[in-house]
Amino acid sequence: MRTLFRRRSALDLGPVSKAISYVLLVAWAFVVLFPLYWLAITSLKQPIDVDSGPVYLPGVDFKPTLDAWKYILVDLQSDTVRPYVNTVVVGLSSALIALILGSSAAYALVRFRYSPRVGVIGLFVGCILFTIVALALSAAVPLAVVSAAAVFLILYQTVGRRFKRVLGNSDVAFWLISQRMLPPVAVVIPIYVLFQRVGLLDTRQALIITYVATNLPIVVWLMRDYFSNVPIELEESAAVDGASPYRIFRSIVLPVAVPGLVATFLFVLVFAWNEYLLALFLSSANAQTMPLTVAAQNATRGPQWWYMSVLILIMILPVIAMAVALERYISRGILVGAVKG
Amino acid sequence: MASSDNSETLDARGPTPVEGSGLEVATGERERVAGHTFRAAVSAKNVFLWPALLVVLALSIFPLIVSLYLSVSRLEFQANGIDVRFLGFDNYASLLFGTEQDHFIGVLKPLTPVGWIIVAVVAAITARAFVSYLRGVNVRLLGLLLRAIAGLLLVGLVWLFAQTLFAQGGRPGTLFVTLVYVFVGIAVQYLLGLGLAVLATQRLRGQRFFRVVFLLPMTITPVGVAYMFRMLTDTGKGPFVPLFDLAGLQNFAWVNDPWGARIAVMIGDIWQWTPFMFIVLLAALEGQDQEITEAALVDGANRRQVFRHITLPALLPVTTTVILIRMIEAFKIIDLPNILTNGGPGTATESLTLEAFFDWRTLNLGRSAALAYMLLIVVTLIATAYVNLVRRRVTATA
Repeated sequence: MRTLFRRRSALDLGPVSKAISYVLLVAWAFVVLFPLYWLAITSLKQPIDVDSGPVYLPGVDFKPTLDAWKYILVDLQSDTVRPYVNTVVVGLSSALIALILGSSAAYALVRFRYSPRVGVIGLFVGCILFTIVALALSAAVPLAVVSAAAVFLILYQTVGRRFKRVLGNSDVAFWLISQRMLPPVAVVIPIYVLFQRVGLLDTRQALIITYVATNLPIVVWLMRDYFSNVPIELEESAAVDGASPYRIFRSIVLPVAVPGLVATFLFVLVFAWNEYLLALFLSSANAQTMPLTVAAQNATRGPQWWYMSVLILIMILPVIAMAVALERYISRGILVGAVKG
Repeated sequence: MASSDNSETLDARGPTPVEGSGLEVATGERERVAGHTFRAAVSAKNVFLWPALLVVLALSIFPLIVSLYLSVSRLEFQANGIDVRFLGFDNYASLLFGTEQDHFIGVLKPLTPVGWIIVAVVAAITARAFVSYLRGVNVRLLGLLLRAIAGLLLVGLVWLFAQTLFAQGGRPGTLFVTLVYVFVGIAVQYLLGLGLAVLATQRLRGQRFFRVVFLLPMTITPVGVAYMFRMLTDTGKGPFVPLFDLAGLQNFAWVNDPWGARIAVMIGDIWQWTPFMFIVLLAALEGQDQEITEAALVDGANRRQVFRHITLPALLPVTTTVILIRMIEAFKIIDLPNILTNGGPGTATESLTLEAFFDWRTLNLGRSAALAYMLLIVVTLIATAYVNLVRRRVTATA
């Protein structure tokens, strides 16, 4: 009897706190799962079952039907599959690209020291303004860009270097995150015009580029904290052994930071997967993504809850599968093992 | 945290000017990348950082400037095209002092005693922080000036806020409704997320199940969450109707009560975004060295002490990051109030972004851009103050 209650390790909880923990975990799981259960049973209801007040148990309260599923998956097949494929392609590729670019930038901000000069930045912004004014005065695009670049280079070589005041790494990071502050409503028209000019409107590439740019700051900020927990001794000893910075990053830092990488990847994937307003503008027929399809179920006669539920459910299934597959990497011991080994 | 200490001290070592040339070389750099040739290190420095910077730069500068330009002009759509007229600061003036003040800031009324107490407390705290800065060693003119401005803005904002909420007949506008969403939402989300992350790292059975389940709300598209909550909170066909009946609230329609509607929006927001706090804190907890915790427990520390003195300090840097990211995202809340309540009753649940969206839909692009820039200014102020006062201090001590 005694052995049953004896804890094997100091980290194990006592029986009372164990019971409380379970109660709390189950309680929150219920809070999370009940709305999803409601979605699931709504997807099995006839419109009449939804509108006549709440019914809870399929087979008891109401007769379940697969009509809504059939309508979305069979009747509207191509209208569902196309946005679905778009969402998968755009979500995965933008999340991967953002993770690669963002985590290397985060590593750089943690391990190297940058000191951009205020003068050079001011010069750069000035030249951008110059280009825009020139374009507004209807100068040719190549001419404006080339002359602005020339002005920038000339002044950079002469005046820009003389300003001694420098910024630090944290200023670079703050600039990055500040690019997320402007609400999408404000940036969506300029971005639309931008992609229209380049001829990428209604393509997956446009969405991928946009999501990479909007997600990068988040990747940088999250990964910066995870990387700063990686012991520098590991990297130093590898550097002494002659490994290049790229090799150190790839073979030592990244493997150690896997929990953070996975968490960050899931987050930016979800963000790109679910983004609505930018997708609404940048895509119409070809590149349409699933959030638009969900919102489109709000017909003139009010929202069609049953179709909407089906769409939301098939939208989250792959993300859940991915979370199940990746969850094991967000687990203990990877870092500890690396330091000892 | 030894490693981050290490990098901090390395960072502090003299200026290392690198503008990509690789010609200007300082000693700090050489020590840090011991074992590398100098050129390799300098090129790695640029290769690591610049791709990300360039992508963000390319897609942010142009929209930023265009919307700034829109915010100081009026667009009129005519048969032969768009007529853009330069207005100066009229759009901003109408939001702050003019016809749109009721909508943006709110209806201002004289303060009640409670309101005065709140303003006085905030003013006292701000003054104290300012005085303690003045007494410090490192006082510079620019820092002094910026702190004075930030302090005055903070007290002014609280004063306005109290005039809309803690005053007879006052009514908060979209600015303060947004601030309520942001601060209440983040506080609740962080506490819930932290608690769940701690629970989910205990040695219990079924942890994988709980972890995946707790992630779920975040995976649903915000538009979908908004519609789902509209379904759940429906006073006629939602699943909680029997509960309402049981509590004798049959006739209570949360949609028609300003705070009822705001709380419904906040519950939706908390439901959806607690998982973000959860997953980031979970990964941070999992990255911690368990041996220190175990040693402390074996040495007789209780769990509360371990949490207070070991776990929490180690979580601080990542805490400040998630709060900053969520804050910036939360200021842009739009889908929930739009779909759940359509901003109503009246404008009670309307957020700043939603107001900008309504203006934008009625083709009042100038005012929409002005609103977006007001949001940008408010977020920048709060985020800058936050980063300077909280995050720097935390990363310095951690």
